[in-house]
Amino acid sequence: MQRVYQWQQAELLTFVNHRGDLTVYSSTQSQRGDAMSDELPVIPKALQTAMRPLPLGPVSILLTRLARRVAVRHPDLFGRLGDYAGACFELDMMDQPFVLVLDLGNGAPTMRARRRNAIRGADATIRGPVAGFLGMMHGTWDGDALFFSRDLMVEGDTSAVLALRNAIDDAELDLVEELGLGETSRALVRRAFGVAERMTGLPLNRHQMTMDFYS
Amino acid sequence: MMELVCPAGTPAALRTAVKAGAHTIYCGFADETNARNFPGLNFSRKELGEAIIFAHGHGAKVLVAINTFPRAGGEEVWHRAIADAAALGADAVILADLGLLAYTAEHHPQLRRHLSVQAAAANPDAINFYAESFGVRRVVLPRVLTVAEIRAINAEIDVETEVFVFGGLCVMAEGRCSLSSYATGRSPNMNGVCSPASHVAYSQESGDLVARLGGFTIHRTAKDQSAPYPTLCKGCFTSRDQTGHVFEDPTSLDATRLIPELAKAGVTALKIEGRQRSRSYVEKVVRAFRAAVEAEAQGQPMPDGILATLSEGQAVTTGAYAKVWR
Repeated sequence: MQRVYQWQQAELLTFVNHRGDLTVYSSTQSQRGDAMSDELPVIPKALQTAMRPLPLGPVSILLTRLARRVAVRHPDLFGRLGDYAGACFELDMMDQPFVLVLDLGNGAPTMRARRRNAIRGADATIRGPVAGFLGMMHGTWDGDALFFSRDLMVEGDTSAVLALRNAIDDAELDLVEELGLGETSRALVRRAFGVAERMTGLPLNRHQMTMDFYS
Repeated sequence: MMELVCPAGTPAALRTAVKAGAHTIYCGFADETNARNFPGLNFSRKELGEAIIFAHGHGAKVLVAINTFPRAGGEEVWHRAIADAAALGADAVILADLGLLAYTAEHHPQLRRHLSVQAAAANPDAINFYAESFGVRRVVLPRVLTVAEIRAINAEIDVETEVFVFGGLCVMAEGRCSLSSYATGRSPNMNGVCSPASHVAYSQESGDLVARLGGFTIHRTAKDQSAPYPTLCKGCFTSRDQTGHVFEDPTSLDATRLIPELAKAGVTALKIEGRQRSRSYVEKVVRAFRAAVEAEAQGQPMPDGILATLSEGQAVTTGAYAKVWR
């Protein structure tokens, strides 16, 4: 064991941020583990302010419809959740004025918007910017990497969080597709999301692979 | 060209790996027969069958990890996994247990057998024993050997070797480590769960992220530091007046720059760790390493590593491959 410890201590560590800037340190205790990530994009302040007076009842109805549509379109998602198909999550997106409570309901999910101080009784809480949630849902960013960089925080039932993360990742969701729009509307929304994505950096569309060795 | 062996925890990740350039994908069934038995992860029989058809349709191979050690009296679960992997057309199974190797050699002799890193075979005698006794065709080497040691081993064996080049860095005697079992009562080696999520608890305390495993506090990470996995071997402990990582630092392996040396040392295949990771991780890492093995095959220099943000501790090391003594 001492042998292993010695080479670990003598090794050089390489840190690279999201832009690819490279820094090399020796692995002294004080330098190891410094968080190096760029900050994730956040919802513009003006939009956050505009969202504040939204009535939570109607928002919750729309969100639940969206969740139900996802459940119908992706039945395998609930199979993958296994024992956690009935779990309840508090999704605390810190750059929006309310918290979402996702109750998976064993295939009949509900998603409700609640004021931050009114949350009770979720199995687990996942906290981070909207971009982190969208990025995981769309396959843009890796959940573990967001955890390493402290962009995402988890409290409560860690198993339930892992099950949800893995099931969502496998489902390859795309927000525009899940909205259930007609062909013309979907194309318009897709285009609008593309513009918003370029302006804000928020991953609003499912990540498309840019290289395919077999295509 | 060296073979690139890539992880997939879900069917979506497998498809991503294939599209990103994996030559081979390894995965497991959604039960205790594989060493990544985590919630929401792994494959049903139906999913594996479809995944193998997809992979084969794109010229890629699929290896099925059945690399935990069967419970006494519960062998049937593992035997069924072997039979199903064979029936579904898996290109090989990755095994660690002596009994399971013997069973497979006897009942499924046509099914190619690889020796899992969980068997911790780290010298020619051990490897030759597995090869001669059970017809093992490839050995996944533990992550504790230098490149020179790998070269020496390859000179004394007749089977292929596969080495890890990226991802989680386990420096324990794999398949024998009991740290997590001690803390949680569940075994990485028999239940397939190192630091099972069911026993992990995170909390925010005075601005610090505190991670506990089975009630033991193993990390207290300040707000401006990156968070590690909640594994005991990378825990930060205080003993008397000293605080530090007793076993190993929370870093990940990245041996990109050593690929040419590994090729010269006779290594057949390069393995990427991370069946528990997302398809985003799989795409980025597989793409980067496919470019690296292509470059190696053409005698080009290795591309610079750009994967540290995906790594535990957001830091990478070449691990034991380039061991440096103080």
